[in-house]
Order: sequence, then structure tokens, then C-alpha cells
Amino acid sequence: MLEAFFNNAELQIMLVGAMVGTASSLVGTFLVLRGNSMLSDAISHSIVFGIVAVWLLTHHQSGPVQLIGAALTGLLTVFLTELLASSRRMKQDAAIGLVFPALFSIGVLLLNLYANDVHIDTHTVLLGEIGFVWLDTASVLGYDVPQAVVSMTIMLTLNLAFVGFFFKELKLSTFDPALARALGFAPGVLFYALLMLTSSTAVAAFDAVGAVLFIAFAIVPPAAAYLLTDRLWLMLALGALISTAASVSGYFLAVQWDVSIGGMMAVMTGVFLLLAFIAGPRYGIISQRVRRHRARGLASS
Amino acid sequence: MSWLTILGDYTFQNVVMGAALLGIISGTLGSFAVLRGQSLLGDAISHAALPGVCLGFIIAGSRHMGSIIVGAMITGGLAALLMLALTRMSRLKTDAALGTCLSLFFAVGVVLLTFIQGMNNASQGGLDAFLFGQAAATLRSDVWFMGGITLAALIMLAALWKQAKLVTFDPEFARSLGMPVTLIDVMLTTMITLAVVVGLQMVGVVLMAAMIVAPAVAARQWSRHLGGMVMIAALIGVISGVSGATISTLGRGLATGPLIILSASAIVLVSLAAAPGRGILWELVRLTRQRWTLHSNQILYVLYQTRLEQDENERSPWLGRSVFTVLALYRLKRQGLLTGSRPAAGRRQARQWRLTPDGVREAKQITARFNTP
Repeated sequence: MLEAFFNNAELQIMLVGAMVGTASSLVGTFLVLRGNSMLSDAISHSIVFGIVAVWLLTHHQSGPVQLIGAALTGLLTVFLTELLASSRRMKQDAAIGLVFPALFSIGVLLLNLYANDVHIDTHTVLLGEIGFVWLDTASVLGYDVPQAVVSMTIMLTLNLAFVGFFFKELKLSTFDPALARALGFAPGVLFYALLMLTSSTAVAAFDAVGAVLFIAFAIVPPAAAYLLTDRLWLMLALGALISTAASVSGYFLAVQWDVSIGGMMAVMTGVFLLLAFIAGPRYGIISQRVRRHRARGLASS
Repeated sequence: MSWLTILGDYTFQNVVMGAALLGIISGTLGSFAVLRGQSLLGDAISHAALPGVCLGFIIAGSRHMGSIIVGAMITGGLAALLMLALTRMSRLKTDAALGTCLSLFFAVGVVLLTFIQGMNNASQGGLDAFLFGQAAATLRSDVWFMGGITLAALIMLAALWKQAKLVTFDPEFARSLGMPVTLIDVMLTTMITLAVVVGLQMVGVVLMAAMIVAPAVAARQWSRHLGGMVMIAALIGVISGVSGATISTLGRGLATGPLIILSASAIVLVSLAAAPGRGILWELVRLTRQRWTLHSNQILYVLYQTRLEQDENERSPWLGRSVFTVLALYRLKRQGLLTGSRPAAGRRQARQWRLTPDGVREAKQITARFNTP
């Protein structure tokens, strides 16, 4: 049974897609709720700098060193953003718009200067190629497991453990940071831990889907789930469900039309968001219209 | 290469002119975006231009600038509309709506890119350039195109100047005057789309965000008036564009786009630190000076109060020995407000600080100021 799975490229690609989606929507949920979605944009771009810097220092292209390097780059991005915003000379969004292009530029220039013969290709960093995940394998317990499955399993476990262990704390500091601080929960530390996990997930994911599509997986399923429910645990579960569904349907459509698999998966998350936006049970456009119509009917009768 | 040969180089001329045009249009319109709190709108629109670029290519069948620009404008505009719909008609906040539009339109663009690769069209090369920009490939016809767009945007802005200003700073008031605020909103967003389209060729979709934000943030440091800010932003845009293009020509194969962005970022850092009035360094100087004055005033006040309460021969009060205090004491002495003498009895005792007549006068004023509520 396992043998069959590891020889089946289709299943592996869909599995990686679902894992990327689930892992990133777990952390993305909290970013969406806190109103910091664009930090995922900033982090996923400036990670290019982190990857190049770690590669220049250690010559590791993947693995734990890269994950840690990415986490630190993510922290650096957020730290610089907060530093600029706290000078009170610009708003936070302007600071984001300054920091990540600068780091991205430094990364690209370093590549220009030192790395003519590396495999790191800025194109791949941005777009990824999930169709090839099954080519790059590592041996685990005698099986040839795709590298991406290994790293995504690690990130998924870490994210699940983090959200599971600190569910109460995360909930409180997301919805009422003042109370969380008063009770001594250190919401700042929790937030930085969340962002470290976000950037590690991004670097684990970008072999498969690239930096920009990571944003789609981190923001869109939680946003769709947010339109469907008011409960945090349900939102997390729906986010995971939507990204899994998007991965599977995206894969088949991509094969059908012979286009980018990662891109199609991301497009499918958007289709689910539009469905939730139009036909969601309470916050969808249709049910809003119906409710308004009924209220008008009551008022006139 | 000598300077003259570089200046005479045809490609270099194209690149520099393109970069300068980009600087003008993105600095001007970026000022409005930043002041309206929409700094990342440019980021979202530039990512959303990718599917339009691909569609333009598919329809025209070649890398023709005109069709690509029209395509980019259409999808960029659609993304802005979708963002507006998501924030107005659902419970999503601006940041989530921005992130959603940005990533989804980009994903559609990626899908279309692979679709084009499947078409096996020989002229598809150079389409990737729009991801990172490919300044060196700028043609003279591209420069004319960019110039035309820039001119159009500037004329639009000049015609709308007063309305745009009011909508930027006080949309509620503008609405109460009966101005079509939404229409002006749409016009400003359209013009940002124009700026993004110009930037696609030079710096690419990823770095366009900084071209919108950086000149505007830097210019805000130097001017308190909208007109001044817009002019300075355009100037800063031109400077960073031209210097980025020049460095990349002189350097060994460094990409132009990142160099332009880094030049702009460097100008932002300098402006943040050193601009008169709003610069961080000036603020530090001001704070330190204030602290000094307060410290000196406190010393004079204390000496004066004890002088009122004690008679001449008693010892002066304990003033503390921190570096600040000691420095402040000697400074006051140099100004002739204090005399410091060691008592004759023992050299080991602390100096006795006394107010001179001038010091008394000064201290009286300070006391009056301290005591007025």
C-alpha cells in the first residue's frame, strides 16, 4: 500500500499541495484575524534574501539550516517594519512596502554577484514547481520519500503543535490583546513565534509553490473560512479543508489544461473564496440581500 | 569605457530615459497613494498586472507593448475593483482583501504563463522579463510609450489637482460639497495602474511596490505641502532611477531593477535621518538640548530656593554627582550665573556653588515660570 503510494507521482503532488495549504492556512488564520495579512506578502518575498544569505554562508540549499535562516529573515523583516513604523514618520503598510522590496533586491543582487552556477533561480523562487516534487527524494525508513513531503510534514507538525498547545493564548491575544497582556500572556512573544513559523513554512513551501503562491495558500483559505464561520476552531478546520479541496481539484484541472499545477491550486482557493463571498450562509452577498429584503417586507407590512 | 562612450550608448540612453520616466510617474502618484493610506495598493495592482500581460500576449500573438499594456491595465483595474468589493461587501478587512487579490491574480498569471509556454510560440521569450523587469531590453519605442503614459497621467492629475487634494485629506468634507468622491477615487487608482504599467518593464512586478512607496515617504520628510511633496517625490524618483540605471551599466552585470530600488531605499534612509524638521537626528538633538536646559533650570531653581531659606554661611545643598549635573554646573559657571569655590577648611570637601547676581535674576525668572500653572 505504502509502496504504491510512493510510486504514484499524482498522489504525492496532491499530498504536498494539501500539506502546504493546511500548514500555511493554520498560521494564516491568525494573520487574517489580526489584520496583518500583508506581512505574509512581505515575509514570503524577503525570504529570497534569507535563502541566498544562508546559501552563501553555509552552502545549504534546503534542510533545517534553511528553515532556521528563513525564520530569522522573517523576524528581521517584521522587526525592520515595526522599527520604521514606530518612528511615526510612516504607516505600517508603507513600512512593509519599503522593507521587503529592499531585502528582495539585496537577495537578487547577491545572486547576481556570487552565484552564477547555483540552482537557486529567482524564477523558481517566485513560482515554484510542484510538478517536480517527486523527483527530489530522500530516504526515510527505507522508502524513497519526496524531500518536500519530509519538510512539509515537519512544518505541519510544528504548526499543529503550536496552534494546539497555545490555542487558548492565541485566541485571547488575537481577539483581546489588552486583556491578554493584563493576564500576563506576552502576546508580543506569541506573535513573533507565529511569524517565525510563517516564514519557516514559506521556505518549506516555496520549493513546491513559490513565494507568491504561498501568499495565496496562507491568506485565501482563512479569508474564505472567515466568511463562513464565527468560531476559531471551525475557521482553522475549514481553512485546512478548503486548501485540501483546492489542491486536489487544482491538480486535476491543471493536468486537464496542461498548465502550472501550483498556479491552478492557488486559483482554486480563489474560486472557493468567491463561492463563500457570494453564497456563504450568513455573510454571503445572497443571504445579505435576502435578509435585507425580508426586513423591508416586515417593515412595510 | 569612458563617460562619453557610455553616455552615447543607445541602450544606456533608453534605459536611463525609461528609469527617469518611471521615477516621475511613480513618485507623483505614489505621494497620493501613501497619503491616502494605500501604500500597498501599488503592490497588489502590479502583481495583478501579470495575467493582463499574458492575455495581451495571447491576443496579440507577440510581445507588442500596446496590447500588453492594455491587458495589464484591465486586470490591474479588475483587481482593484475586486478588492473594493471584498472590503465593502464582506467582513474582510483591507489587508486580507489586498493579499487575496494580489495572490489570486498572480496565480492566474502563472497559469496563463504556462499556458503560453504550451503554445510553443517562438516570440514568447521576454515575457518572463515582466516578473523582474528587464531594463536592458528597453526599446526606443517602449520609451516613447512610457513617455506618453506618463504625460497622460500628469495631465489627468493636473486637471484633477484640487479635487484629488481634497479627497486625499478630507473625503468627508469633499462628499458634503457634492464632489463625486468615488469617481475621483477610481481616477486616482487608474493613474496608479498607469504608473505600475510603466514600471513593469523597468523593475518588474515584485519591486514595483517600493517604487510607489519609497519616493513618497522620502519626500514627505522634506515638505509639508502637497505640491512640494509631489515635486520632490518625482525628483527623488528620477534620481534613484537614473543612478540605478547608471550603476548597473558600470557594474558587472548587476540587475537594474534591484539597483533602482536600493537607490530609492538609501534616499529614504537619509531623508528619515537628516531631513530638517522631521529628521530623526534633528529630533535627537532637540531632545538632548531640552534635557540640558531643564537640568540647568533645576539647578538654578534649587540653589535659589535654598538661598531664600538659609543664610549666607551655611553649606550649599547636595546637588548630586552625575556626569550630567557636573557638566551642567560648569556650563552655568562659564555663563557667569554661578561661582564655585572650595571652602578654605579642607580641600577634600565638595565645592560650594553660589548664585551670582546674574544667576539670581535668571533663577527668579525660572521660579516664576515654574510656579505659573
